[in-house]
Amino acid sequence: MATVLFDEATRKYPKTEVPAVDKVTLEIPDGEFLVLVGPSGCGKSTTLRMLAGLEPVDGGRILIDGHDQAGVRPRDRDIAMVFQSYALYPNMTAFENMAFALRNAKVEKAEVEQRVTEAAKILELEGLLTKKPGQMSGGQRQRVAMGRAIVRQPKVFCMDEPLSNLDAKLRVSTRSQIAQLQRRLGVTTVYVTHDQVEAMTMGHRVAVLKDGKLQQSDTPAKLYDEPVNTFVASFIGSPAITMTRSAVREGEVTIHGLPVSLDRSTLSAARGDVVVGFRPEAWQVVGAGEPGIDVAVDLVESLGSEAFVHGEPARSHDDATVAIGADRVTFKVIGKTDLDVGDTVRIAPIAEQAHVFDAESGMRLR
Amino acid sequence: MSGQAESAIQGQGRVGKVFGYAAMVAVLAVIAVPLFWIVVTSFKAHDHIYVRPAEYLPIPFTPENYSDVTTRIPFFAYFRNSVIITFFTAGIKIVLGVLSAYALSLLRFPGRGILFVVILAALMVPNQITIISNFALVAQLGWKNTFQGIIIPLAGVAFGTFLMRNQFLSLPHEIIEAARMDGAGPFKLLWRVVMPLSWPTLVAFSLITIVNEWNEYLWPFLMSDDERTAPLQVGLTMLQNNDGVTNWGPVMAGTVLTILPVLILFLVLQRQMIKGLTSGAVKS
Ligand SMILES: Nc1ncnc2c1ncn2[C@@H]1O[C@H](COP(=O)(O)OP(=O)(O)O)[C@@H](O)[C@H]1O
Ligand SMILES: [Mg+2]
Repeated sequence: MATVLFDEATRKYPKTEVPAVDKVTLEIPDGEFLVLVGPSGCGKSTTLRMLAGLEPVDGGRILIDGHDQAGVRPRDRDIAMVFQSYALYPNMTAFENMAFALRNAKVEKAEVEQRVTEAAKILELEGLLTKKPGQMSGGQRQRVAMGRAIVRQPKVFCMDEPLSNLDAKLRVSTRSQIAQLQRRLGVTTVYVTHDQVEAMTMGHRVAVLKDGKLQQSDTPAKLYDEPVNTFVASFIGSPAITMTRSAVREGEVTIHGLPVSLDRSTLSAARGDVVVGFRPEAWQVVGAGEPGIDVAVDLVESLGSEAFVHGEPARSHDDATVAIGADRVTFKVIGKTDLDVGDTVRIAPIAEQAHVFDAESGMRLR
Repeated sequence: MSGQAESAIQGQGRVGKVFGYAAMVAVLAVIAVPLFWIVVTSFKAHDHIYVRPAEYLPIPFTPENYSDVTTRIPFFAYFRNSVIITFFTAGIKIVLGVLSAYALSLLRFPGRGILFVVILAALMVPNQITIISNFALVAQLGWKNTFQGIIIPLAGVAFGTFLMRNQFLSLPHEIIEAARMDGAGPFKLLWRVVMPLSWPTLVAFSLITIVNEWNEYLWPFLMSDDERTAPLQVGLTMLQNNDGVTNWGPVMAGTVLTILPVLILFLVLQRQMIKGLTSGAVKS
């Protein structure tokens, strides 16, 4: 049981120009499952390793339960870590792997036995206790690595992409198992992933990192509904948001040639152009006579209950729209769809669901 | 892949195989022919050794050469000395090598980098250069004809430090970090995690060290005058000197007996080495 506070925590690796983690400030209350998410190389692992004491803190502080951890050795922090590679001891059985930390801490033999057995029961590892990691499947190794962490009953769990070495199906089921387990144990957890779906489904709160800088930390719903900048807007959500850059004229923006009126008070905050984003569900199919954007469908992902349609807007000559990223639109259709690749469909955005950002700074306008 | 490309690669493989086997045959000849000759000669009667044309089989079969060795020189005393010298020198080398490599790779302390460079520099100095000053020092200490006089100057470890350090550095960082977070102290980390992961390299290093120490000649030769401390290698020279140069039968028999222990050790440890290698290979 512990609270964790990153207070402008900074890490600059020797012989590098920019800090890998740059003044990250983040408070994690007791029992929270916090997910650190961001693209590869953004400093997630470094942040986690600083908390675990495996990486020094070059600026700012990290506090656990209010105590500055500067100079505290990893073994004295009472943190258990699950590594991406699992880092099991290959020469030890599953039991010995899990008991290692307890034995080092001189826990009584009977209690070691009891705690390992209990963890094995929770993780369905009972039949594997005498096996060595070399004789286990990837999923089993992953569970032993989890078991090694939970038998310690630590203050904080640190997990660095623990699911990335599993196949897709196992990943989905293990995802919910880990989340459930954390809720049940109530141990403060920092979980690192580059997969935004994992982040959105597992965490109480999600912290988005980019280039070592914290972008936003919020509940999954808040991140989705009110991303603070274009990066968060495009990183969170699958399929991704469709964003276009546009000039502002009298409360109107132009999305792929279609004039769209937006909230004037929002737009008035813009100093120049804006970036307007619509998530897949913020589009509707309209009739041929109505105002809209004609889209040439080039991919239909049908999930049965809903479908995501990807396409390219047909460009008119006077279209001044600059699309962000690929010049494409993705929208969602509820239920079955008879749209097919090669069809042209007319769609229109729902103005109320627009995300509006300043084009220069990328920051959300409110 | 097209059929043509495939057959080209197969052809390449065939040529490669031919060269591979040719190389193996060459190596075998270089190593095996002298060995064969040693063994054959060790069973030959005295007047069958220097004959033309050469005799490839020992007829008449003369095992007496072997009993000759043990009676003409104090063979077992030499053997005992060899075992003592090898055991302690190799033992010290292996322990010091592992510990220093461990400190230089996985423990953090100021001056670590400089210390490693110094040790590397020691590796660059050939033995022959230090031998005279070592001799003077050991003689001054009154250590001639003592085991410590032979063993201590031989127990320098630069090679082992270098080899084992590289091995330790190649271990997955995350396992070491996991052990640290699991509260393993420096010795537990070494003994329970680092060493078991380094088994094959350690066995190879030990084997090389033991064979080297067993075959050490120059320094024990300088240090010991007789069977009180002289190892087998030196003893064989005595045998040759006693008999004059011509009686090769007992000398070869002595040589075979000298090779035998390391050969057996090699065969035993080799299996260990392979076991270690394959058990490490089952990682994901
Ligand atoms: N030991 C190191 N030395 C120098 N640079 C490093 C080291 N480890 C990571 N980095 C750099 O720091 C940045 C962040 O790395 P990391 O925290 O591993 O990112 P992530 O886990 O988000 O993929 C990357 O640019 C990476 O190249
Ligand atoms: Mg990482």
